[in-house]
Amino acid sequence: MAQIRIKNLRKDFGDFNAVKCSTFTIEDGEFFMLLGPSGCGKTTTLRMIAGLELPSAGEIHIGNEEVSNLPASKRDIAFVFQMFALYPHMNVRRNLSYPLISQGMRGKDVKAKVAEVAKILNIEGILSSPVGGLSGGDRQRVALGRAIVRDPQAFLMDEPLGALDAEFREHMAEELRALHDRMNATTVYVTHDQLEAMQMGDKIVVMNNGVVEQFGTPQEVHDDPATLFVASFIGSPAMNLLPFTGAVSAGQTELRFDEGQFVIPRMLEGGQGELVLGIRPEHVSLHDAGEFRGRIVTSEYLGTTQVVTLDTAHGATKARISADIDVQVGASVALQFTPDAIKIFDKTSGSVLASQRDQVRA
Amino acid sequence: MSYSITDPSKRQKRVAAFLVIAYAMITLVPLLWVFMTGFKTPPDSISYPPKIFSEPSLEGYVNLFTTRTRVTPERLAELPPPENFAQEIVRNRDMVIAGKSKYGARFLNSVIIGFGSTFLSIFLGTLAAYAFSRFKIPLKDDLLFFILSTRMMPPIAVAIPIFLMYRKIGLSDTHLGMILLYTAVNISLAVWLLKGFIDEIPREYEEAALIDGYTRFQAFYKVVLPQAATGIASTAIFCLIFAWNEYAFAVLLTTGTAQTAPPFIPTIIGVGGLDWPAMAAGATLFLLPVLVFTVLLRKHLLRGITFGAVRK
Repeated sequence: MAQIRIKNLRKDFGDFNAVKCSTFTIEDGEFFMLLGPSGCGKTTTLRMIAGLELPSAGEIHIGNEEVSNLPASKRDIAFVFQMFALYPHMNVRRNLSYPLISQGMRGKDVKAKVAEVAKILNIEGILSSPVGGLSGGDRQRVALGRAIVRDPQAFLMDEPLGALDAEFREHMAEELRALHDRMNATTVYVTHDQLEAMQMGDKIVVMNNGVVEQFGTPQEVHDDPATLFVASFIGSPAMNLLPFTGAVSAGQTELRFDEGQFVIPRMLEGGQGELVLGIRPEHVSLHDAGEFRGRIVTSEYLGTTQVVTLDTAHGATKARISADIDVQVGASVALQFTPDAIKIFDKTSGSVLASQRDQVRA
Repeated sequence: MSYSITDPSKRQKRVAAFLVIAYAMITLVPLLWVFMTGFKTPPDSISYPPKIFSEPSLEGYVNLFTTRTRVTPERLAELPPPENFAQEIVRNRDMVIAGKSKYGARFLNSVIIGFGSTFLSIFLGTLAAYAFSRFKIPLKDDLLFFILSTRMMPPIAVAIPIFLMYRKIGLSDTHLGMILLYTAVNISLAVWLLKGFIDEIPREYEEAALIDGYTRFQAFYKVVLPQAATGIASTAIFCLIFAWNEYAFAVLLTTGTAQTAPPFIPTIIGVGGLDWPAMAAGATLFLLPVLVFTVLLRKHLLRGITFGAVRK
């Protein structure tokens, strides 16, 4: 297993710039998520690490080796495809043996290794079956088996759960994470599903339009989004973003706009003009009295909680509150925000203005 | 009893079966007639009203493979008793076997030229189709169009220039010349058909093979080729049928050494009347290789390409 370092990686397809100058490091043994909407460059980045695309510029290091211009077969990595890509003309055993045969391993050793992997994945019973008749889950296991059988430097996975039924996906995600913990393998995992990324990842890179928006642990990305894009992409429902015009300066601990007054974390950075206040729905509470008010539009019941949508002077705002609270659609209520959880973004640059809270975390 | 709206009803199935059988009858009757004529005696084959069933005879097949000379009855009586059934059949017509006919050699020419050009078309066509399907090639679409444009006129339209060129460079009446000619005609079909089949094979299979430590060429022949088997088989059948049955070029460009069976079979007619049974026998035997080839490859034609290993 190895560390993977990406330096100033760039990829152009003709005039289209798919990945712009990405830099990040994947530590040895980490379960690393590449997260972003479709077309953001995450799969291209993964394919460049695998050697299926060659970068237009930049460097990729796997372990101590600079591999950016090596062919895929020389990189000693394994790739799990979204559609599994099991060799359809071979049975399960041959599929699992195939990466070993290419290395010139002896027949007896191949057999032993395949048996070992089959045991780990609990697919001993289907070794002689053709891959065509397998269920989605078994195909997924065979695809994983083909990846782990060779003990590669790293596993690369391109939305490996995307082709599975929702019900089964969760189960497979747990299995995958357990497998990772057991083998402690460096894993790079591409997904567009932020819940999957939060649930499974040690670290997350959020990409958009070929740019790395943020790089951090799931908690950092969720609680302290670095950009407006991350704030709106992560979380379900996403962060409330209330645009306002005004100014904040370093050292400020209170914010006032229109009819509302909010206590905010002490700012380390100032800004003015078009700003955005960000607050997660779980940090919005509803009260009878208060200055910043909104009208309740709908309430979505989610079991233990409910998500209430309110119409405020700064656009629709969602609050995630206990399901026990009785809300009346049409009623006017006051909104209060948990002071520590408030983020101020500069709308033009899209990035967050640093506050004391960020420093405490860092 | 099925209530699905997509399943045909019993009545629909019966109508469909009737139509299929009726069509099969119409297309098969001439073949059946050829087959039966091959086993008739020459008088039976031209009798009026036509005889559908007659005493089966191998005279057509004997005549097909032999050349015969007429002898006087006195000379016939002096001969030792016939050594085999063929001599007996021939002597009943006051003739003796003079030697082998050219049918065997012509048939062999057809086999060499037909299968040779099919192999060459498929070999070149698969490589070209793979390149067109997977690589960025400058002017790719124009090249594909150009390849297809060779089929936009009947090949016989260029027969005279080819005849003159072949005579000049010494390819007239040679196996190589005919193989090259049929390959040239078939290759555009092969490239287009095979490109379609290879396009359907997901790239992920090759990428998986590359990552598993194989070179691109290994990925091509170990992963892509088995997947393309269905397409290769059906393309091969089309190429073989064309090369096997081609008549016009064969008449024009071959006279002896490399003459194929199609121009030879009609020449059976002529010496001493219309020998329909011999011709029918020649036609029947001529059909067999394509029939066998098609039946052998039928398994591949009916097999699904990806076998459902990729979820679409």
